[in-house]
Amino acid sequence: MKFPAKGKLVYAAAGAALLAFAALVVAGGSGYAERIFIGLAISIVLAEALNLFNGFTGLFSLGHVGFMAIGAYASAILTLPLQAKASNLPDLPAWLAQVQLPFLPAALVGALVATLVAALVGVPLMRLTGPYVSVATMGFLVITQVVLANWDSMTRGARTFAGVQSLTTPVNAWIWAAVAVYLVLRIKNSSFGRSMRASRDNEIAAESIGTNVVGQRLIAFCMSAFLTAIGGALWAHFICAFSPKSFYFSQTFSVITMVVVGGLGSILGSVVGVLFVTVLSEILRYLEGGFSLGPLAVPPVYGASQVIMAIVLVLVIVYRPTGIMGESDSGLASLGKALGRRMGAGGANK
Amino acid sequence: MTQLEYLLQQLINAVSMGSLYALMAIGLAMVFGILRLINFAHGDLIMVGSYGVLLLNAAGLPFIAAAAAGAALSGVAGLLMERLAYRPIRGAGDVAMLLNSFAVTILLENLGIVIFTAKSRPFPSPEAFNAVVELGAVRVSSLSLISIATTVILLVLLTIFVTKTEIGISLRATAQDLVAARLMGIDVNKVIAAAFLIGSCLAGVVGVLWSARIGKVDPLMGFQPVLKAFVASVVGGLGSIPGAVLGGYILGIIEVLLQGLLPSSLAPFRDAFVFALLIVLLLFRPNGIMGGRDKEKI
Amino acid sequence: MLRLEGLNVSYGHVHALKGVSLELSDGELVSLLGPNGAGKSTTLMAISGIVRPSSGSIAYDGVELAGMDPREIVEMGIIQAPEGRRIFGGLSVAENLRMGAVRRKDKRSFKSDLEEVFALFPILEKRQRQAGGTLSGGEQQMLAIGRALLAKPRILMLDEPSLGLAPLVVKEIFEVIEGLHSRGVTILLVEQNAKAAIAVSDRCVLLETGTVALSGTKAELAGNPEVERIYLSRAEGGASHDAT
Repeated sequence: MKFPAKGKLVYAAAGAALLAFAALVVAGGSGYAERIFIGLAISIVLAEALNLFNGFTGLFSLGHVGFMAIGAYASAILTLPLQAKASNLPDLPAWLAQVQLPFLPAALVGALVATLVAALVGVPLMRLTGPYVSVATMGFLVITQVVLANWDSMTRGARTFAGVQSLTTPVNAWIWAAVAVYLVLRIKNSSFGRSMRASRDNEIAAESIGTNVVGQRLIAFCMSAFLTAIGGALWAHFICAFSPKSFYFSQTFSVITMVVVGGLGSILGSVVGVLFVTVLSEILRYLEGGFSLGPLAVPPVYGASQVIMAIVLVLVIVYRPTGIMGESDSGLASLGKALGRRMGAGGANK
Repeated sequence: MTQLEYLLQQLINAVSMGSLYALMAIGLAMVFGILRLINFAHGDLIMVGSYGVLLLNAAGLPFIAAAAAGAALSGVAGLLMERLAYRPIRGAGDVAMLLNSFAVTILLENLGIVIFTAKSRPFPSPEAFNAVVELGAVRVSSLSLISIATTVILLVLLTIFVTKTEIGISLRATAQDLVAARLMGIDVNKVIAAAFLIGSCLAGVVGVLWSARIGKVDPLMGFQPVLKAFVASVVGGLGSIPGAVLGGYILGIIEVLLQGLLPSSLAPFRDAFVFALLIVLLLFRPNGIMGGRDKEKI
Repeated sequence: MLRLEGLNVSYGHVHALKGVSLELSDGELVSLLGPNGAGKSTTLMAISGIVRPSSGSIAYDGVELAGMDPREIVEMGIIQAPEGRRIFGGLSVAENLRMGAVRRKDKRSFKSDLEEVFALFPILEKRQRQAGGTLSGGEQQMLAIGRALLAKPRILMLDEPSLGLAPLVVKEIFEVIEGLHSRGVTILLVEQNAKAAIAVSDRCVLLETGTVALSGTKAELAGNPEVERIYLSRAEGGASHDAT
């Protein structure tokens, strides 16, 4: 697997950052390490899901975190023990108040709800052209925000939804991460995936050979919503307390940065992007709290980490718009080919 | 107060809010028309203008002068934004432009937090803004009337600019066909800078009026307005200046209508309804009201 | 004198122009002919500075144009009326014409030059307040030429002026072109309609998939069977690199 050629300086910087990160993790203890570990897995699920739509269809959704929210809230409501439901969500409809599900069914139900919403919203949206899709999906995000923040009986409105059971473990998080990577990779290399990417590159040509471009986009949108919602469910049961504000533009920026920095359209790229953003934001968050360099004491500057992340994103877009990995998956492709042969379907590489 | 007078009062409200939305949407339209850039950071230009007024006024400048200077400051910020974030990626495609604007808005918002902290500060609007004007039984705030008047004046000036000046006509030409504009020798860089400058100054004016309306300034204040501006712009048709104005006023009217018509239990969901209506509109008119039914031709 | 030497232009992986060389002397009308995808429009776009050549030279009176900004090339008097007219549909006819004069050094004679254009194309004067997009194809072509004329061209480049127009209108347009030629305007004419183009030209250059296949005076080319072969063999499905 070839990494794109970069200057020695960049490798040195990357090495230094990883060392710093490792130091942070060691210093933070096993609890911190485990949290980072799980966080990485969840981010991978979210990034791959977004990549599936934004990377393959040529459209750019800004509203996917809305699906994350649906997955989070739906699964959290379902897994909440009956007593907690009674005290935290006293106005829940009766049939819901009696139900308590384990994590997997709850997550799947949440993902299904998100998929249904995606299908509903997608029908008008998938016919739009580029910028209109972006604004419309952003509108969807705002709608989910407003609904979540005001549907007090279901979500506690704008207040914190706490007491969610900590059902996300390193094991199930990473299983889902692996599933996400595998699924999106298989889709990319399937005839559906290739057809979609062809449509992305030349919509008019694709339509002229009979491709149902709008239908393809809708399917991709729904699949992407499903996975994103799973990510949301995992996240909800990891962080165990959240509010509608957790699923708004800040989170959107975070996931988008991961996908773009890694490389839009590249499966491996999303993983790399997740790593990059996580390492960088942990380091920045630590530094943001103030630190001392020998005699020099740097005071806390809250918000600075976001400023730097934004600058990094701008630099990546200006100097390396295809991201760290570009659109390629050459290394993974050979793996995919091998798997494809085992499964009996002829997966081709890019 | 009779039905008619109540209606009139609400209409004035709608038109005054619509005026602000229209001014913001124009800035978005001008930039999108030429560059196909969805400038999320437009909202932060509102914030820059407001903080400018705050600081200059605190330093002793009388309000009107500070307001004008604040708008100018927004204009400069817009020019810088274009030069540093958008010019380097011209030609890189719509997605790159969109992402950069996203990054710029995050950058500016958090820069604002770093410099000013997230806490809001009171806006020094003059007494004249807060007066209540009585037209018969109808009572409106002077700020509403000032907003409407300011917008009308600016719209007239803008219309003169784009129809009578060479650079204004060049701007419209460039928005319609960039290659043909270059073939005529139009200085596309200058035109783009003009579009940013004007749009950003308008955003600065909105900053003054918006802060006067809500009484405060904070680093995240541009967020809500820019969302509204997007709705207005999309409703009217992205890239169209008349569309932006139309969309702004339609949005203002719809918001007031919903406020009045929605039962109180659904009132907090008003914004969700607005965006839902937007999606429905796009179902029938994928390119906005002034855009066509067809997708882009080859 | 405009001289192209060894011009190479690529669009990504597509090598559109492969070492094109041609000359255009003052006062000449040279036609650039060839089937679809031959590279005719690409040649004009390279001269106008919209497209950057990867190698080769474009010189006008000794000044190297390759790499210059389109603005400067317009200032040198090299003006293109592009393929498909590309007039500004939302602008009025008058505003369109005004855009032609954007780079002119002397603005004072604009009014009299405008009168001349109206004399040439009376229909434009009649429709001057109408939006450009509401004009018919032929009228738009006249507008495109008028707009180019207002830039006071030393070289006028016309890309497929007959495209999509009715035969009667094409005749009119070519009469105008001939008129301009007899007034001494240097013209580089790109056309698919070889017959009409050869009739008005001094010389012709025939492009085929990015290279100069044939060139010569009108007399030399008029009966040449090669011309027919190049057009027809292309129509029968030669390699297709759409790089016009």
